[in-house]
Amino acid sequence: MNNKGGNCACDCQNKDKFDLSKLDEFLDEVKDMQGSLIHILQKAQDIYGYLPREIIAYISDKTGCTQAKIYGIATFYTQFRLKPMGKNLIMLCQGTACHVSGSKDIEEAICKDLKISDGETTVDGLFTLNNVACLGCCSLAPVMMIRNKDGEETYGNLTEAKALEIINGFKMKMEQGA
Amino acid sequence: MKIAIGQGSCGIASGSKKIEEAFRRHVAEHNLQAEVTITGCIGGCYLEPIVDVYQDDGQVVRYVHMTEDKVDKVVKQHLIGHEPVDEYRISKSGTDFLEKQTRIALKNCGLINPEDIRDYIKVGGYEALKKAIFEMDGKTICKEVERSGLRGRGGGGFPTGKKWGLVAAQKDPIKYVVCNADEGDPGAFMDRSVMEGDPHKMLEGMIIAGIAIGAKIGYIYVRAEYPLAVKRLKKAISQAEEWGFLGKNILGSKFSFEIRINLGAGAFVCGEGSALTASIEGNRGMPRVKPPRTVEQGLFGKPTVLNNVETFSHIPFIIANGAQIYRGIGTDRSPGTKAFALTGSVNKTGLVEVPMGTSLRELIFDIGGGIKNNKAFKAVQIGGPSGGCLTEKHLDLSLDFDSLSKVGAMVGSGGLVVMDEDTCMVSIAKFFMDFTEQESCGKCVPCREGTHLMNEILDDIVNGRGTKEQIDMLMELADTVTTTSLCGLGKTAALPVMSTIREFQDEYYAHVVEKRCPTGKCKGLKRIEIIANKCKGCGLCLDACPANAISGKRRQPHVIDKSSCTKCKLCIDSCKFDAIVEI
Repeated sequence: MNNKGGNCACDCQNKDKFDLSKLDEFLDEVKDMQGSLIHILQKAQDIYGYLPREIIAYISDKTGCTQAKIYGIATFYTQFRLKPMGKNLIMLCQGTACHVSGSKDIEEAICKDLKISDGETTVDGLFTLNNVACLGCCSLAPVMMIRNKDGEETYGNLTEAKALEIINGFKMKMEQGA
Repeated sequence: MKIAIGQGSCGIASGSKKIEEAFRRHVAEHNLQAEVTITGCIGGCYLEPIVDVYQDDGQVVRYVHMTEDKVDKVVKQHLIGHEPVDEYRISKSGTDFLEKQTRIALKNCGLINPEDIRDYIKVGGYEALKKAIFEMDGKTICKEVERSGLRGRGGGGFPTGKKWGLVAAQKDPIKYVVCNADEGDPGAFMDRSVMEGDPHKMLEGMIIAGIAIGAKIGYIYVRAEYPLAVKRLKKAISQAEEWGFLGKNILGSKFSFEIRINLGAGAFVCGEGSALTASIEGNRGMPRVKPPRTVEQGLFGKPTVLNNVETFSHIPFIIANGAQIYRGIGTDRSPGTKAFALTGSVNKTGLVEVPMGTSLRELIFDIGGGIKNNKAFKAVQIGGPSGGCLTEKHLDLSLDFDSLSKVGAMVGSGGLVVMDEDTCMVSIAKFFMDFTEQESCGKCVPCREGTHLMNEILDDIVNGRGTKEQIDMLMELADTVTTTSLCGLGKTAALPVMSTIREFQDEYYAHVVEKRCPTGKCKGLKRIEIIANKCKGCGLCLDACPANAISGKRRQPHVIDKSSCTKCKLCIDSCKFDAIVEI
């Protein structure tokens, strides 16, 4: 890729707005490892919260993998996101047991309350909703996991009211923190 | 005295972290001589949070459904006053749930502290490894596992010893052991429980596999959705290295082995062998044409043993106790035990490990305590999206690999979702088809297009647009997808549809002919009607309807035109005489 002349069509020149030190450290750590690309993307998402275009270009430069290949991987796996994520990621389980116990109704309630649909982020950037396959807490169905910078917490035996109550709790906490 | 608090994902989700804090606070406050520790999930998830108090006299008192308030009383009455609080103790039905099981893979789950290797060693951990290193060699290990008759617990049921022997016989000097911990089947969580509750057991199994085939590196491919399992595995690996069970020259022998963890990035298809290895190699997880099989050319093109968590967890038992004892459990063609995840509309949900050959009736009614809210049993979905559904007439069927495949279902990973009379089987089939359509990797046409077409037809059916011919078309598509798909995902994708059509044909016909969902679950088939003798003809609904679907003269019963009604229900809200209902 020719980004020396500065007339490149992609966003690779904008990479300066990201702090690359942590990513560089990791790239160095895994440079001799076979099949490290997914590890790198996971690390990058850990650092930036999503996979910005600039970072994909940067990783491509550093590893020699084409951007197309990286993009292919990033869109194949559900874990990777190409857009920034909200401060709290709501992972709503849609496994069999949760489905039988009414997870669709809970999804509807959350979507209505936050005015987003699956995969979207609220306007205020507080919540992202993701339907996930199965969290493995089937005996507590329906279940959701909420992940933020403090870690993740799982909530079970949900009802529509209980789910909204938990989300409202996070809203209040965020407002107090702000 | 020791207090052990159940902290699997399910325990934590039920609030066991707070219980632990409360106990720690009290123990410090009252200056008690008691050790507060954690343990994994014992399997009785419906009883969580669970707390075990190990008294100094060796007795164990188990408390269930604990809350912070209950902790106060337990501390005052039991820890200080030495008098157990009987009303919080596990009931007879709770102990029955646990005692009716035979546990091998889950034996230590919920009893030992998974974050402390000494606990595992105390219950005989790593003894099998010592035996494998000092008393056996690769050949005898493979033979022993083959004689045990152990078959892969991930779904396929391939004889494990045979697989190991095939890999060991390959000439390539570099070989790999891979553990499939990408438990993607919605409704199964036994692997999570083993990793969270007894991680050393599967590590020990993997190391023994390493000796058996002559591999130096093992990979664990674990789901990113299981953060706690990943944390505990990492801890277990570093402890095992410290103690000399992993790393260079294990226990002073010539054998060296290391284990690496790979986080799955969320793709169900990666449960398939060649897709999983592609993913570890850093590529899109897409299956390839076989042969060559994984045992010949697996990870990085090298011969690879690929088994799942539960399978590896059976190995230490087989090596330590011998194949003969293992064969004594289960049936002749499917020896050993199998863990099932009992969920859905059943009273006691959780993990149950029973000998192969146990009947569904024993599992659901004896151990599981029957159907919730005294409803009638309708069906059980076994083996997740690649399995089939079994009904009343299968209740006495022996649960083993061969009997299940005879009736068009499979053991799969062991998810058992129990469904009661209120569950619509068509919508369950649609649910699974949704799942497989989304998870299809898109490489082969029959799976990519077939699951999409089948899902479209099912969508028509649950929304009242279905026809009788479409049911025949579904069966035809199911046949094509099953016979022509590349990998296991496609080959089994149609099983839920085929088995629900076979067992619940009436229900399908009710949807397409009568345009009615017998359980009332399909929202698309609901309609709004005006009850003629209650309608006063006031016209309020007519004004309220945004779709102009209501017509009628003043003071005469009105009617709704079904084709233009959008089911917004505004008319129901507007009616003062309760004359409009949704049916």
